Amino acid sequence: MQRSELKIVEKEQELVLRFVGELDLYALTEYEKRIAKVQMVPKRVIIDLLELRFLDTAAALFLLQIEQGFLSEDVCVAFRIKKQSLQETLHLVKSYTTSKKQLPQKSKKTALGLLGDSVWKNYRGFLDFLAFLGLLFYAKLQYLLSYKSIRYKEILFEMNESAIKALFIVSVTSFLIGVVVAYQSAYQLKIYGANIFIVDMLGLSILRELSPLITAIIIAGRSGSAYTAQIGAMKITEELDAMRTMGFDPFRFLVMPRIIALMIMMPVLIFISDMMALFGGMIVSSTYLDISSTLFIERFSTVIDIKHFFVGIVKGPFFGFLIASIAIHRGLRVQNDTQSIGINTTKSVVESIFAVIVCDAIFSIFFTNLGI
Amino acid sequence: MGSIIEVRDLVTVFDDNIVHDGLHLTINEGEIYGLLGPSGCGKSTLMREMVMLQKFQGGDIEIFGQSLATISPKESQALYQKWGVLFQAGALFTSLNLYENIALALREYTDLSENMIRDIVKFKLSIVGLKQSDAFLYPSQMSGGMKKKGALARALSMDPKLLFLDEPTSGLDPISAREFDSLILKLRSLLGLSIVMVSHDLRSIYDTLDRLAVIDDKKIAYEGTLDMIEREKSEFIQRFFKGKI
Repeated sequence: MQRSELKIVEKEQELVLRFVGELDLYALTEYEKRIAKVQMVPKRVIIDLLELRFLDTAAALFLLQIEQGFLSEDVCVAFRIKKQSLQETLHLVKSYTTSKKQLPQKSKKTALGLLGDSVWKNYRGFLDFLAFLGLLFYAKLQYLLSYKSIRYKEILFEMNESAIKALFIVSVTSFLIGVVVAYQSAYQLKIYGANIFIVDMLGLSILRELSPLITAIIIAGRSGSAYTAQIGAMKITEELDAMRTMGFDPFRFLVMPRIIALMIMMPVLIFISDMMALFGGMIVSSTYLDISSTLFIERFSTVIDIKHFFVGIVKGPFFGFLIASIAIHRGLRVQNDTQSIGINTTKSVVESIFAVIVCDAIFSIFFTNLGI
Repeated sequence: MGSIIEVRDLVTVFDDNIVHDGLHLTINEGEIYGLLGPSGCGKSTLMREMVMLQKFQGGDIEIFGQSLATISPKESQALYQKWGVLFQAGALFTSLNLYENIALALREYTDLSENMIRDIVKFKLSIVGLKQSDAFLYPSQMSGGMKKKGALARALSMDPKLLFLDEPTSGLDPISAREFDSLILKLRSLLGLSIVMVSHDLRSIYDTLDRLAVIDDKKIAYEGTLDMIEREKSEFIQRFFKGKI
């Protein structure tokens, strides 16, 4: 849709650029190329706008740039304008571009500077988390001192939201993990004819490690991310501020109920996960290794000590605490923009899974050294 | 008529950016006091400092004779129940409906019966001009004006003597804005409130304010009544007020 035209007329020492029609920003690139192609070196340039009906500001800027370009080569430039409005547009553009001030440059940083920045930022974030933990323990102390201030209703609500409603997905996932682990090892065990040892293997690995970890990962992805997003959104809508000005300490109303709910419910979820994973393993054993469920349970009760079960369960409250506190801390760090909810939710899940695995490793070393 | 809020030598610093450099102002009991200034001058920050959402680095703010610089958690808890705050977008709790929002503080802080609470909530709803049938709407189902009125009802739920309003008329259409102004005036005369508000709305400034402070360039550029302000030389005041008058 071309509404303007450029006629370039070359006369001896004179170059005439005649614009016709309605000159707007869509045509500029093409004209720029055509003018650049002009071979001759003129003494005089005439920009003829006599037949131009309309000029937008981008085009005016373009014309002024042409003028500047020729002027800097000591070529004199003349405008031919009849219409008042064109004159005004040119004038307007000129008066706002006279200042030669450059846009302030964003100061560029070296790689080292960027590295320093991000280290400093992470360090501050870590300190922030420690401060959060401090406040948390203070709130917890107050909680213990006055049992009246415990928000039973909120705790029960959160237990339902973040744990009871997760029962199904935890069960299904654990069942499948049990099936997969049993299936993979069954093949190997069959080669050696050591079928019965599947019970030892499954019992140890599921009770001690797999169930707690799987549960923690599911809860971090499901409930932890929800905590971050909820609290982050509350921060953006100023609901947290409103709570504070009404004298409702967010730690008491939002943070503690969620943390306590997860700490209570994680062991329960891990127990469910244990059951489901072993059930999955049992089914594979009976169909693939000809170990009947009676035999499985009998062997299980003789070789698997109860301590292995407790090792797994004990991890629950710790994992729950880590997931909930990291998620809530991330939620509280949400800035006043929507993007930061996404970033913080992602980080909350990644960090809590990482923290859970670190914690699990510490437990491993701890229990091994204690001989449990 | 004594003073209800006193700000002395207030200094606020964000990282390396000085926001307030020695502010002084006095807000008297029973008046509607406005905080004005160009955007970014720190008037909202000042308000947030008054309601203890933000710490200041120097000087002191005294509310009800209580110094905020040295306040203990217990004293601040008592203070929280003496004021109401209306945030710009209302900030109603989105997980609760309007009725529960208004009743929340009553349920937490008092041992009133549910019947009594219901009557109080109904009264607060009608005093801010909301219909009784709105009580069970959730914030997401309400219009901007309704949210503000609802949040005002919540702010009034504990019968505070002091009310903070953050840009009460912003985002409202002109008719609702004028209604809100007259509502504020009505509440002041009915309940004997002292009101502190941040505002940009000239009409509402002229209609409601008794006294005001203009913050410009980290200082108080003017404090006093509206009649005297035209004589001030500050560039912001000239631009802001002379355009209209």
